[in-house]
Amino acid sequence: MSKKVIEVFNLTKKFGNFTAVDRISFDVKEGEIFGFLGANGAGKTTAMQMLCGISMPTAGEGTVAGYDIIKENERIKRNIGYMSQKFSLYEDLKVWENIRLFGGIYGLSDKTIAEKTNELLKQLDFEQERNTLVKYLPLGWKQKLAFSVAIFHEPRIVFLDEPTGGVDPAMRRQFWEMIYDAADRGITVFVTTHYMDEAEYCNRVSIMVDGRIDALDTPAELRRRFSADSMDEVFRQLARKAKRGDQ
Amino acid sequence: MKQFIAFVKKEFRHIIRDNRTLLIILGMPVVEILLFGFAVNMEVQNIRVAVYDPTPDAFTTGIAERIRQNSYFNYRGSVQTMDEMEESMRKGELDLAVVFQQNFQEELVHSGEADVQLLSNSSDPNRGSIAATYATAIIAGFQREQTDLIQIPFQIQTENRMIYNPLMKSSYMFVPGIMGLVLMIICTIMTSVSIVREKERGTMEVLLASPLKQGTMIFAKTIPYMVISFIDFVIILLLSYFVLDVPVNGSLLLLFFVAILYITLTLSYGLTVSTLVDKQVNAVIFSAITAMIPVLMLSGMIFPVDNMPGALQALSAIVPARWFIEAVRKVMIQGLGVTIAWKEMLVLTGMTLFLLGVTIMKTKKRLE
Repeated sequence: MSKKVIEVFNLTKKFGNFTAVDRISFDVKEGEIFGFLGANGAGKTTAMQMLCGISMPTAGEGTVAGYDIIKENERIKRNIGYMSQKFSLYEDLKVWENIRLFGGIYGLSDKTIAEKTNELLKQLDFEQERNTLVKYLPLGWKQKLAFSVAIFHEPRIVFLDEPTGGVDPAMRRQFWEMIYDAADRGITVFVTTHYMDEAEYCNRVSIMVDGRIDALDTPAELRRRFSADSMDEVFRQLARKAKRGDQ
Repeated sequence: MKQFIAFVKKEFRHIIRDNRTLLIILGMPVVEILLFGFAVNMEVQNIRVAVYDPTPDAFTTGIAERIRQNSYFNYRGSVQTMDEMEESMRKGELDLAVVFQQNFQEELVHSGEADVQLLSNSSDPNRGSIAATYATAIIAGFQREQTDLIQIPFQIQTENRMIYNPLMKSSYMFVPGIMGLVLMIICTIMTSVSIVREKERGTMEVLLASPLKQGTMIFAKTIPYMVISFIDFVIILLLSYFVLDVPVNGSLLLLFFVAILYITLTLSYGLTVSTLVDKQVNAVIFSAITAMIPVLMLSGMIFPVDNMPGALQALSAIVPARWFIEAVRKVMIQGLGVTIAWKEMLVLTGMTLFLLGVTIMKTKKRLE
């Protein structure tokens, strides 16, 4: 059994009277691709923000990369990568400038940044786009680049918030290949999505309904338990109980 | 430090890539200086004036001659009767009439007092009162000369409040005002917008999830605007010196110090605004209402603070630009030093510290 890199217990977040995240407990193992599923408004993004140290939990406890999410959130930040739901690169900066900026923010040396940039652009087959402003790249490319930037500093865990929203299926496949590559290099991937076919690519998935985790297991085990043919059906059976509507 | 430099570079790139904004922030001071300097000419010129002098003597002709020679006046000669004067005035041929009393010189020498009446055509009240003020200044000047020549105490009562700007050149008034306005716009509006933009686009979330310290980020964000506003300050200074002939009478070093103080203050205000709003539009509206309008209305840039009703004067005391403009007038136009301008500088420093404190307290480490 490999090490746990995320462990949370009864994590809760309230906004006034509204309980966005309601006492969730789970753990994620090192190198795992962990799918974090749920309908819109189920509380996925809020939960993820608490794990990344950018949102303070109302109650509960947990550790990420071995650090306490309440007291040591600045330490956590050094060990994670984060790709937000909204697009997270600067549109008015060139491809290399974006890489450079985030490399600098994570404290990499100029030399390392230069070497890794060349390597990365070659890998992505992006060399001719080095000096292109990000806003001129197609959406799928932007997302690949945003992911590459999020793991540029070799974090232990990368958090991806709906990384493939609005991207065509072919591009999504390529994106998932990149996720697998990262996981092979030992980076734990924590990903939210509402494409159920993508849930099948994960090692384990949790399904959030109205702020709580209603199911957590491997996709195969979940299908068996709900006697479903696909994750989509599992999800629909669970989501039917939801009281919160789409927001 | 590495993070800081990387972030400052990024901020400069944002500004340089945004051509339109760059054009606005560098073009704005030029346009405003030229606009106020030439198009919006608040000076009154070509004042049509006539003199009624029943008993001409050395004093009355001396005053009339001075008015005739002054380039702001268009001397229409002397009139013989008061009726003739009134007729011209009614027809709108005159802006101002200078009416000497009978036996002006005699009266002055014997009783030490003589009257001169300034009748201004106040169908345009502003023009009328300014015309009267000019004439008053000329008469006062004349009186001073005479007092020096002949040692008799005499009185042509004139209030003279324009010792540093004898011809009321309006550029002396608005140049410090434009400095106050331009720096306020750049530092407050631009800075708050640039921070709020990150919140709106979602890049703030990514920055928050990175090891970048909030303080580093905010400080790095202010650097480019500090540089640009300083460039703007120098542009205004050069334009007003070379194009508008506004003198720099005081210490340039002290003037720069006052500018840096005010830039720091307006930047802090911009940061304060950014902690209060979440949308770029709101940031613009909020800064415009709380920063720009007070500068225009209450700072003394256009309407002199001394002429305001008491309540507004009190309100103007919390407008930073008022103190900045006052300090610049003292240092730049009047050539005074720290010993005189210390009060303004102290107020500006106090305001800066207060706003920085508010910002630091309000800046959130985490989202929500």
